[in-house]
Amino acid sequence: MHGSTYVPKSGLSRWMDQRLPVMRLMHDTMLTFPTPRNLNIWYTFGGILTFCLAVQLVTGIVLSMHYTADTRFAFDSVEHIMRDVNYGWFLRYVHANGASMFFLAVYIHMFRGLYYGSYKAPREIIWILGVALYVLMMATAFLGYTLPWGQMSFWAATVITSLFSAIPLVGEPIVNWLWGGFSVDNPTLQRFFSLHYLLPFVIAAVVGLHIWALHVPGNNNPLGIDVKSPADTLPFHPYYTVKDLFYLVCFAIIMMAFVFYAPNFLGHPDNYQEGNPLVTPPHIVPEWYFLPFYAILRSIPDKLFGVIALFGAMATLVFVPWLDTSRVRSARFRPVYRQFFWILVADGILLGYVGAQPVDASLGGVIPLLYVGRLATFWYFAHFWIILPIIGIFETPKPVPDSIAKSVLHATPAE
Amino acid sequence: MAHSQTAEPTRRDFLYVATAGAGAVAAASAVWPLIDQMNPSAAVLALASTEIDISAVQPGQSITVLWRGKSTFIRRRTPEEIAASKEVNVADLIDPVARNANHEADAPATDANRAEKPEWLIVVGVCTHLGCIPLAFQGDYRGWLCPCHGSQYDTAGRVRVGPAPQNLDIPPYTFLSDTRVRIG
Repeated sequence: MHGSTYVPKSGLSRWMDQRLPVMRLMHDTMLTFPTPRNLNIWYTFGGILTFCLAVQLVTGIVLSMHYTADTRFAFDSVEHIMRDVNYGWFLRYVHANGASMFFLAVYIHMFRGLYYGSYKAPREIIWILGVALYVLMMATAFLGYTLPWGQMSFWAATVITSLFSAIPLVGEPIVNWLWGGFSVDNPTLQRFFSLHYLLPFVIAAVVGLHIWALHVPGNNNPLGIDVKSPADTLPFHPYYTVKDLFYLVCFAIIMMAFVFYAPNFLGHPDNYQEGNPLVTPPHIVPEWYFLPFYAILRSIPDKLFGVIALFGAMATLVFVPWLDTSRVRSARFRPVYRQFFWILVADGILLGYVGAQPVDASLGGVIPLLYVGRLATFWYFAHFWIILPIIGIFETPKPVPDSIAKSVLHATPAE
Repeated sequence: MAHSQTAEPTRRDFLYVATAGAGAVAAASAVWPLIDQMNPSAAVLALASTEIDISAVQPGQSITVLWRGKSTFIRRRTPEEIAASKEVNVADLIDPVARNANHEADAPATDANRAEKPEWLIVVGVCTHLGCIPLAFQGDYRGWLCPCHGSQYDTAGRVRVGPAPQNLDIPPYTFLSDTRVRIG
């Protein structure tokens, strides 16, 4: 933490500062906060994610003014939003595509952290809070996806809640408790709506902790070395407010391109059919951001272990700060880790591809995708639990620069 | 605490333990209604049985009805389907237990234990993997195939290909006459 430089300028702000120093907090965290001078585009996604959360909250709150959480009316109320409510189509498409863009941004943000070693000491808690946010996001997105009560909504709700039936002995009582009945039905929809409304505020609170934790050691940076002197930093405003806003605009352009030109590109046509408890769609797939986990679930031929692998894949992330044994943070100076990082990215994309295909599909009609999925699942776990600890021990990192300032100044042509 | 080493507990110790104890009991009593409200309500529990007219179902046909909000299959099996099911060695099955609410919990999954009347197979039409509705007359065993994750069931609703861990459940049912059955 840096010492506060806030000086109240008026009598009112002096009065306020002695009672609730909220202006001082804003000044110190959003204006003068010393930020490494070498942050690149990948460091703008924290701001973008905050924007995504705000968009989802605002559009969600107004959508709930028109939505009806009752199995008899839910599907029709969504059509009512699309056809009758002023700008309803816009609000709903922003909300639905906003969820996808939220996940796009969070995946970039997470891989950024993995590349530059942002999870390493002293930033473990920031990382773990981030994993918690990611899990909360997934829960919220899943709950929200069930609300339109289309075929995909209904069956996503059935399949995901049924994951808990894999728990020995108490599995079935737990599932009936989650459903409020013996199948996904009206009680399920109503509680899902209630929780879908609640969780974003929990996310907002954890975001507060995430940013608080970030402001204790300050930002990591692409070099992965500590800030050593004021010359290594710039005040957050105007340097990073402008940078964050610029890339936020770029991001918003992509988001609005989806909203206006391909609003259903990331969705499934089946969800425009009302949920029918008697017919499962022939090919059910989750939204794209869940596909890698879906592939992990399907690649394990046992119900209980499939579910354990699914949740284990998420839980694994919590342990990353301790599984990475390297003393160097940034992959820029870790020639071996850098290659495995890109293999992990490819592995995630491969898992996503496998998860999107039917169970019995094959690669070029030769290799069953089931085996591809199994290999990719194995690799995912092996990366974190085997490869990451080992390369930290055996890899010889390249020499890291003495300071951020020196490195930045050397990067420019000699003066 | 220093005073806890004295022979007699002090009044302060007593108040401390009594308050903590009462607090724990109060918290647990307050939390239970908040948890239990999510369990199936009286209205849901009241819909526990349903009566079906099966006179129109021909051999080789299967109908789907709703029982407790769950899809339930009533299948009139052909002699070939019954014969194919009877040939199966129970010891070779993924799940050798009948899963029949009309029998004891550990009854073996023989064809006789799966269907009270051999011609009529009544099973809960919910895949025991993750709850999808299996498709009838499909898969290698011509019973059911689950479109979600590829589980296959035979003509007695027994799982033959995973990932489903169990045979399709058989609900409690009674034939009221040759053409009416009550499920539940």
